[in-house]
Amino acid sequence: MDHLLHSTQLAQLAFPEAVPAVTMAHYLFVSAAMFVMGLIGFLTRRNMIVMFLCTELMFQAAGLALIAFGRHHLGADGQTFVIFVLCVAAAEAAMALALVVLLFRHKETLSAQAWKELNG
Amino acid sequence: MINTTFLTNTLAMLQDGHAVDTHAPAVSHAVSQASEVGTGPKWILLIIGLPMLTTLLCGLYAMLGNKTKLPAWTTVAGAGIAFIATLVMYMSFDGTPYTVHAFDWIQIHFGEKSMVANFSFYIDTLTIYWMLFVTGLATLIALYASEYMSHDLGTSYCRFFGAFGLFVFSMACLVMGDNLLMLYLGWEGVGLCSYLLIGYFYKKPEAVAAAKKAFIVNRIGDLGLALGVYLTFVHFGTLEYAVLFSDPTLLGYIESAKVGNFEAIPAIAQWIPLLFMVGAFGKSAQFPLYVWLPDAMEGPTPVSALIHAATMVTAGVYLIARTYPVFLTSEHALPIVAWVGTITALLSATIAMAQFDIKRIMAYSTVSQLGYMFAGLGLLTTTGAAFHVLTHAFFKALLFLACGAVMHGFAGQLDLRKLSGVAWMKGWGIVGVTMLVGCMNLAGLPYITSGFYSKDMILAEAFITPGYAMIGWILVFTAILTAYYTFRVYFRVFVGPEHAEPGDEHHDDDHEFHPHPPGWAINTVLITLACASMLAISLAYIDKAEHHGWAGSMISQSTASFHSPYAEAAHHAHIEHTEMHAVDGPVGHAAPGTVFGMDAHTGMIIVSGLGAIFGVLVAAFFHGPKGWQGLFLGGRTEAAKCRMDSVAKRFGPIPKMAENKWYVDEIYMAILVTPLRIISHIFHWIDKLLIDGLVNLFGFLPRLLAWILKPSQSGVLQGYAVSMAGGVTILLLVVFVIILQGGAA
Repeated sequence: MDHLLHSTQLAQLAFPEAVPAVTMAHYLFVSAAMFVMGLIGFLTRRNMIVMFLCTELMFQAAGLALIAFGRHHLGADGQTFVIFVLCVAAAEAAMALALVVLLFRHKETLSAQAWKELNG
Repeated sequence: MINTTFLTNTLAMLQDGHAVDTHAPAVSHAVSQASEVGTGPKWILLIIGLPMLTTLLCGLYAMLGNKTKLPAWTTVAGAGIAFIATLVMYMSFDGTPYTVHAFDWIQIHFGEKSMVANFSFYIDTLTIYWMLFVTGLATLIALYASEYMSHDLGTSYCRFFGAFGLFVFSMACLVMGDNLLMLYLGWEGVGLCSYLLIGYFYKKPEAVAAAKKAFIVNRIGDLGLALGVYLTFVHFGTLEYAVLFSDPTLLGYIESAKVGNFEAIPAIAQWIPLLFMVGAFGKSAQFPLYVWLPDAMEGPTPVSALIHAATMVTAGVYLIARTYPVFLTSEHALPIVAWVGTITALLSATIAMAQFDIKRIMAYSTVSQLGYMFAGLGLLTTTGAAFHVLTHAFFKALLFLACGAVMHGFAGQLDLRKLSGVAWMKGWGIVGVTMLVGCMNLAGLPYITSGFYSKDMILAEAFITPGYAMIGWILVFTAILTAYYTFRVYFRVFVGPEHAEPGDEHHDDDHEFHPHPPGWAINTVLITLACASMLAISLAYIDKAEHHGWAGSMISQSTASFHSPYAEAAHHAHIEHTEMHAVDGPVGHAAPGTVFGMDAHTGMIIVSGLGAIFGVLVAAFFHGPKGWQGLFLGGRTEAAKCRMDSVAKRFGPIPKMAENKWYVDEIYMAILVTPLRIISHIFHWIDKLLIDGLVNLFGFLPRLLAWILKPSQSGVLQGYAVSMAGGVTILLLVVFVIILQGGAA
């Protein structure tokens, strides 16, 4: 019995003591705050690099929520998923920044308004 | 040269006369040997292959941009060698038909039946007879065309001779093929070449219209032939001549026809010859499908001579001669053929009398002479029909080529009112003399022309065959008209005061017009054809005792034989048929077999001979020139003024109607073409509005949707983000409300 450790027990071994005052709701609140800040930033700014940073912020907010849920359920799934998200985000950042550089070369500005002619 | 031992052919066996009285045994004997026709030497394929080779070479020359007369010489050489090969084939023929296999073409087996149509060739005397003049005339006319077409050196020259070679190839397939499908292949092939060559001057609207007309009118006939071929296969289960003509069913039908018992022959079998007949009427320009041939004169003259006078238009005669046993099984087919031929002969002769375009006159006379051939077929004298095909091929090719020389020399002038005394002009003597030879043959002047002998065979047969004396008299009357309109051309154009106006092709106004007389190639061909027309007289005397001359001996050894038990059978049937009617009422207009108390041949020699001379004298009186140059009774002193002008006025509107071809084209236009055009317009609009409308509606709906939704793609990035975020928010709210309500419940 002692040597047969379940995954939950392992998780508890990794985090021997939780901070009792910090509950699930705190994590989710921070996550939501980050997401909303990112969203507002994305909607209000015109600079493409800043808009891109805001999307990253929303990404990380989602990642934080995932980790919080993972801890809440005492599983490794949430953290695993976040590792994947980070990988994808890294690749996407490389792509998006290259795109921004190319768009900048065309119009000599970073404003998204400059591409307004791409309408229907 | 033929080293194969031929097994006795059933057709040859039936020809020796023993089979006439044997019924069932002969039939069963025939079945056992049905597929045992010998094979011939492979070099015969040269006759087919060489014309095809010349076509391919002409295409190659065109690609290489050749601007010399090389295509002409290639075609002359190809057709010439094919002619020599045909001669060798004739010399080495020992009387038994054989086949030459090129390659397997169509072999379909289903159940117990099988459809076999190989690319092989059936050689008997009828084939050899036809191929001799096809290849011979092709050689001569190619030589003529080498000079005639020399204005067009270059790609057009190659195109002309390419189509020329293809025509000879197709004609060889038609005549030599050993099954009906090969015949059909050749039939369509010559139709195609005819279309291509009529429309040779494709920048001239009349030529294009004439080519289309020829093609479309021929489609009607070809449909008949195609249906006939299908029906032959459906009923007899074979398309190969060797099997078909020894088929016990067919032989049984002929036995029934022999005793006049046509009820024993199923209607479907009697339909086959009627359908073949429609095909023959189309290709050989018989009423009511003759209208394309006069218009076909828009093509270059060598084409008119070879295709539309000498060879292709006789394909219908060949078809009927080849499938003569099938024709004998029908009660109505041969009488219809005889009557249609007679009506065509008379109708087109009346039109020819009033035309002014000499090439058109020759075209109508071709239609008329083809009518004689069909009458001959219907009157059970395949020999007469085939002999007339041969003599007509020579003298009509000659006439066309002489007219072509005039057209060539006078910048396309063909109006007989604008030409006069051509024979007296410097360098035109040979054309004048050879034209005279051709005209005499067409008019059928007695004893000195071959056209007289061949026409006489048909005319006499009309009086020999009971019940057809009426046809005989119509054809004699037509012969007088023929002599008149033929010599009308000769007296107007070739003799009389010298006068010539250039035709449309003379555009150079700075220089005075000078006719250029024909060169050596044209003159050589004209002299050769004139000699051939005269020498053909001797053919009437060779072998005269047993058959009707050389043509008779050739035809009597083939399936078209009149003396064969087949023809004998129908002959008896016709006699009995007529006698049965004679009891009911008067049918015979004269005592069968006699004319004015003489036997039919002697009587016809006198009647048609005098008729021809009478026709020539009438022409001389009305159109002949004045003075010693012409005949003493002629009165024409100017090119365009003759005694006929005042006489024609007394006939009221009739000459004008004949000049307008009795308005046959207009009638066809009114009762066939216009209704069809209206129907096609109706269907055009149905197609355009209903069918296209539906299709376009399906194309229009997505565009309409896109047009409505398009403004939402504003190009503002934040706008998209807001709508996305807003959408997600609304979705979430909806989910919340549902969950809350679910919780409340």
